[in-house]
Parts: sequence; structure tokens; C-alpha cells
Amino acid sequence: MTYESFEYDVLVIGAGGAGLRASIEASSAGVSVGLVCKSLLGKAHTVMAEGGMAAALGNVDDRDSWKVHFADTMRGGQYLNNWRMAELHAQEAPTRARELESWGAVFDRTKEGKILQRNFGGHKYPRLAHVGDRTGLEMIRTLQDHGIHQGIDVHMECTVIELLKDGDRVVGAFGYDREKGRFRVYTARAVVLASGGIGRAFKVTSNSWEYTGDGHALAYRAGAELMDMEFVQFHPTGMVWPPSVRGILVTEGVRGEGGVLRNSEGKRFMFEDIPELYKSSTADDEEEGWKYTQGDKESRRPPELLTRDHVARCIVRELREGRGSPHGGVFLDIAWIKERLPNGAEHIKKKLPSMYHQFKQLAGIDITQEPMEVGPTTHYVMGGIRVEADSQMSTVPGLFAAGECAAGLHGANRLGGNSLSDLLVFGQRAGQHAAAYAKEQTGASINSDQVEAAARLALEPFEREGSDAEGPYQVQFDLQDMMQAQVGIVRSQAEIQKALDAFGQLYERAGRVGVQGNREYNAGWHTALDLRNLLMVAEAVAKSAILRKESRGAHFREDFLEKDSEQAKLNTVTRLGAGGEMEVVQEPLAPIRDDLAQIIDDNK
Amino acid sequence: MSSATFRIWRGNAEAGAFEDYTTEVSEGMVVLDAVHQIQAEKANDLAVRWNCKAGKCGSCSAEVNGNPKLMCMTRLNTLPLDEPVTIEPMQTFPLIRDLVTDVSWNYEVKKRIKQFAPRKPDAPDGSWRVDQYDVERVQEFRKCIECFLCQDVCHVLRDHRLHDKFIGPRYLVYTAALEMQPLDTEDRIADLANDHGVGYCNITKCCTTVCPEDIAITDNAIIPLKERVVDQMYDPLTKMLRMFTG
Repeated sequence: MTYESFEYDVLVIGAGGAGLRASIEASSAGVSVGLVCKSLLGKAHTVMAEGGMAAALGNVDDRDSWKVHFADTMRGGQYLNNWRMAELHAQEAPTRARELESWGAVFDRTKEGKILQRNFGGHKYPRLAHVGDRTGLEMIRTLQDHGIHQGIDVHMECTVIELLKDGDRVVGAFGYDREKGRFRVYTARAVVLASGGIGRAFKVTSNSWEYTGDGHALAYRAGAELMDMEFVQFHPTGMVWPPSVRGILVTEGVRGEGGVLRNSEGKRFMFEDIPELYKSSTADDEEEGWKYTQGDKESRRPPELLTRDHVARCIVRELREGRGSPHGGVFLDIAWIKERLPNGAEHIKKKLPSMYHQFKQLAGIDITQEPMEVGPTTHYVMGGIRVEADSQMSTVPGLFAAGECAAGLHGANRLGGNSLSDLLVFGQRAGQHAAAYAKEQTGASINSDQVEAAARLALEPFEREGSDAEGPYQVQFDLQDMMQAQVGIVRSQAEIQKALDAFGQLYERAGRVGVQGNREYNAGWHTALDLRNLLMVAEAVAKSAILRKESRGAHFREDFLEKDSEQAKLNTVTRLGAGGEMEVVQEPLAPIRDDLAQIIDDNK
Repeated sequence: MSSATFRIWRGNAEAGAFEDYTTEVSEGMVVLDAVHQIQAEKANDLAVRWNCKAGKCGSCSAEVNGNPKLMCMTRLNTLPLDEPVTIEPMQTFPLIRDLVTDVSWNYEVKKRIKQFAPRKPDAPDGSWRVDQYDVERVQEFRKCIECFLCQDVCHVLRDHRLHDKFIGPRYLVYTAALEMQPLDTEDRIADLANDHGVGYCNITKCCTTVCPEDIAITDNAIIPLKERVVDQMYDPLTKMLRMFTG
């Protein structure tokens, strides 16, 4: 068969912050760039990022520096981070933020007219450059509006279903367009994956339909290694009511602006459990916490601004012990600040406009008057494609990864605000190195057998009709229920094992999925195709989770409550075994460079 | 649990018709929830475009009971459920299938607008000093989520089909955001008057009415642009001055 074909030096898969930044960089290096995205341009999950972008600009507190940012990131990640990535990230984020401004981003300002920075969980100083609570939208729009003048070929609403290889090297991709369902072959000298996360593997998630672990699964099937897949971030504050909006994100910025968490007894329960690592940097009482949120440099942060993993677990504790809110969450109260600020209601609307809007419209709640109900929601995966820190190349030549689908920067837990900066820093690096790699390559040949096999597999769901076939949605729902219940925030050997035992049947059901209709914009068919990726990443999460017999960062085992000093030195690596089975092993971390270890010590 | 009927447009550019689907509805549901439920239970291949489901990405635009809306932000309790809820695709753009339209024209229009060109940085580290006051004015325009509902409702596009002469409210807002960007040095006024058709807008404010981000499109973006066009292009004094200053 012949298919519609395209040829580029660099093919970027995914058009959120990382994919756009990579495309812009590769394009400025003078190579031809194709950018493929599952949705329309500018709609990727980056738009949902609210709080801001972490960069040690030092505009609000000049004690900040890349070193403090580095130490914060490592502490937040419980030292499982790839330290070189954490170093590059902290060093380069300020340049990337300023660059965004030079491309038209309009950040909020300090009194001196510099980029304003706000407090966020786990960051020692006010560090998040922001635009109200819609920083992600500002970022993706700025990159989009800059990128469209760079000569990048954008393929909107096009989904890649397989990477194509020539020997060991990745040389292209095979996918389909949503509109007509026609197959497409992309030939490329280098491929950058920037496909985002895996949130749809869980029932309660802030992620949209797109986040089915496509990049993770494509890389895995192409022979690349994944790393630290047990670390899934459950954001502590998602909406819990009404049911249809369960999981939608409530920005950490609410707490940064002085919002507090209370249980059904009205108690600020976060004061009850403060982890050892953070004792010295947490406020002693409510007064000190309030002063911190208002910019007092002598005060320490309130416990609501501890890391996301910890806050999420404290909420789960309150729920389990029967102190939850009416709809199964806890209360997040920003309205109380009216007691402290004369124009409190206006202040809230100005600082948190989209939160005000979101609750007003979706839940009928005025957050300037009453508390919100919130609970944990699957938000982000720290694990992902294993990459070389400087170049972002995966373990497969010609295949690069950046942003959420790559592993390393965030270790066992990501700090809020470190995602937007991650996208820019490593998007830029992936674009630069993919372009350089592409320039060194001579032509690649596409193997038509690979293309035909992928095409056949993709069309199978149409051939399955009749009593034996099942719709794709029910299989997806059952997988999501299982992951939520058994591999969620609180894990144990027995529960994870139950999930692992159930995968066989889920794979089997996925293999019987049939779809109706034709290939034009057929959501059922797309869901059926995504199932394969979703199952793969879910299995990797479960297998990695059962292997790590300790509690660290976002991975919490109720049968191993403590951190384990031996496992502190190990990453979890997932790869496709020789016999087609999934192989998950632990491998030692690279020993940290002395000067970086010193920075961590100095900031303890 | 009660149920409601949704009359959804099914079909492509060649042919189509409304089909009725009855499904259960519960407290707090939005139109997009009902569409998803129908898709999962009764019509697996129903085409609908959506992403964030929180009013932030602007993907799920459609016409609900004839009103241009984001389906994810339209709660069922704001609609009469004793009669079928009509859901149809935006009318201003070519239909792809069911509720999905081809909005690529919008992306082409944006490329024709001169891009941001900042003045030289104010500080040696390449940064600028800008007052919060100046920032807020453009931030209103930058809230735009590109849902294209304003384009959908604009009669210059919807009824007169002047897509090749008029860029529509979305791109007038976009131009306003660039023109009022405190750092920008580019001039887009002549383009606005000549190629982008700002004169076609007769300020009926339909766009402002449907904007889910509550951007005062007509008052704050379009009218100031029209004034700039008049000042720069048609004011005799300015015209004369320009002859001398170049």
C-alpha cells in the first residue's frame, strides 16, 4: 500500500510546551521540522497549568539562585532525580523565562516592573513567574504564536501509533489523521517525543482524553527504556463535586495566596504531620504561615505548601478517618483571607480569576464567600522515557524525549512550577540535539513490513463485530477503576498484585474490542487504539510499584511506611524483554558530583 | 436519577440529520458529559472535539439550543430538560463530522498578522521593565482560549461568508493584544484597514455576548482599533505630519 508521506529532518510528536519549544529550536537550527499533535494546536494540557513557571530570577527575593532551586528540586524529588537534569534545569530556567517574554509573553510585574514571582509548595523563595492563574495558557500561546512564523509544518489532529526503525535507529513514525482516518508515514532523521502524561490510566484525573501514555508506549515498543514509572503524582487539590467535574485541577496557587485546608471539624490538619526534611522550613503557627504567603521574608511557609505527595496523603488520612467534607473531599478555604485583607474578595478574584470562574460556573460556588471541596487527582507522571541529561536522547538512537514523557528531572515527586520550566529547558535541549543529530545522518529507509503490520493491527477493531466483540470504553473504564483502587495513592503488595493478576484479562479483552462506523473522526476507534498504550503504561506503573518496597515521594506503600536507604540508590527501569515480555529491574543511580552534593548540604 | 433527550446533529459535509438520544442525567452535569455518556453507551463513533473539560482550552465549541457555547461549561440545569436539548456544530466553519468543524481557516488567518516585535531590552540581562497597569490591559485579550465562538456568531462571517476579507473578532482581539503589548514596536494599522477588514465590523457586539472568557471584545479591542485606524489613516493632520516625518 502507499500512504500519504512526509519527510522531515526532525519530527516532533506532541505540541504542548515541550514539543513547541523543541520545534522552534530545531527549526532555528536550520533543519526541516514536522510537528504532529493529537488535538488542535494550542489545546494541549499545558494550557491547564495554572500556578506558574519556576525560575530563580530572584526578582522578589534576591536570596534566590539556581543553587537553591536545584537543592529544592532534589529535596522535592527525594534525591532520586537525575542530578544533571536538575542542575541544567535550575541554571537555564531563568534564561528560558526571559526568552518567553521576548517572544511576547506578558507576565505579572513587581513594583519595579520586573517579572513577578509567587510562592509555591517546596520552593524556598517566591520563584514562580506567572500570569494570574493561567500561566500555562500564556506559555502555550506565546510558543504557538512564535512558532507559526518559523516555517514549522504542523499536522493537527494526527495521532502516531508506531515508531519506525531502520536497524537500531528510529527513522520515522506511522499514524493517522483524525478527520478521515487515513494513514500517514513520516520519515525523519530524528524524532522527539513530547507527548505528555498517562493520567487516563486512572479514574480520577486532571488529564484530558489525550493522555494515554502514547510516547511512553511508542518508545517502549521501539526498544527504549522507561524509568521510575511507579512515581505518579496525585495533585492534592482536584474538584470533587459535582461528579462530572471530579478531578479537575484546583491550582496550588490558591494555597500560595493564603488558602488553607480544613477538615469537617474545622481543623487545619496540615499542622499535625510535618515531615522531618521540612521541619526547619515550616511555620510554627497559623500567623507565621499567613505572613509567609504575604511575602514576609522572615516567616516560614505554612504546611499547606509542603510537597504535593505529602499534602495528598494527609488529605487521604482525613478522609479515611472520617473527617471529610460532604462530597468526599476536604475544605480549601481562601475566603477567610477577607478577615486579613480589607478588599479580600476583589483580591481573590484578581489573583485567582480562573479558579473563581471555574467554581462559580461548574459548582455554583463563590470562592470569595465559601470554601471549596477538594481531593486528590491524578495529575502528572514523574517517570517516563529514560534520557541522557544534556541531549535528551533516549536509549534508542535518533529518539529524543522532553517534558512530562521524559523521566529524571523530578525524581520521586515533582514540585509545582517545575513542569512549565521543564518543558522549556528540555524542549529547547531536545530540539537542539535532535537537529544536530539529524544533520549527521544520511538518508533512512522505511521498512514497509513495519508499516503494513502497524496498519493491519490498527484496522483490526473494525473487523471484529458480533457477539464476541466488546466496546472500547468499558475496557478503558475497568482499567481506570482498577488502577485507581489498587495502584493509587496508597499502595500495598497485595493490592498491586491483584492488579497485576488482572492485566492478562484486560489485554485479552482489549484484543477483542470492536468498533462501529467508519474511519472518519471516530472516537470509538481512537479509544480502541489508545487502549494498547494505556494498558502498557499501567502495567509498567504497577510492576514498578510492586518492586519498590519503601515509601518515597509520590510512591506510598502502607506495608513499607519508611524510606529505605538501599532503595534510595536505585532507579526502576522498564524495558521490552527479548521474548516480548515486560522486564522491570532496579538499577543504581549515578553517584552525584561532589560540588552538587555540597550545594544540597549547604541548603539543608 | 432522571433522563433527558439530546437532539444531536449526525453527519458529514454531504449529508446528515438530527438524531435523538435519551440518557440519564445527574446533578451538576454539563452538556459535554451528556455527549460523552451517549458516545460511550449508544454511539461510540459520535465525533466531538474536547480536551480540558474545564473551560480552558476552547475545544468543545458547539451550538446548544441555538446558542454558541462551550459544551464543558454549559450546565444542564441552565437548560429546559422537558424538551430535547439541541446540539449542533458551529455554523460558520465547514463541517467535518457530527459536532466537529474544520477550523483551520482561523489558524491561517493568524499567520497573516505581523508577529510580535519587541523594543530593545531595558536591562543588560535582556529583560524589560513594565508597569503592572500596562500589563493588565493586554492580559484581558490574552485570556482568549481560541474557542472561535466569536467567529461563529459574527454575522460578517456567519451570514455574509466574508472569510477572505475579514479576519473576525478573534483576530481583532489578537491584533489588539499585539498593538497594546507594552514592548511591541510593529505597526499593524494599515493591514487592519486594508487586508483585515476592520471596517466590516459594525459593532453589534454579538461576539462580546458569547465570549466565555468575558473579554469586552467590541469595547476594549475592536473600537480602539477602529479609532487607531481612523487616527492614523484618515486624520488629515496626522496624514500631513506623516508626509514630513515619513
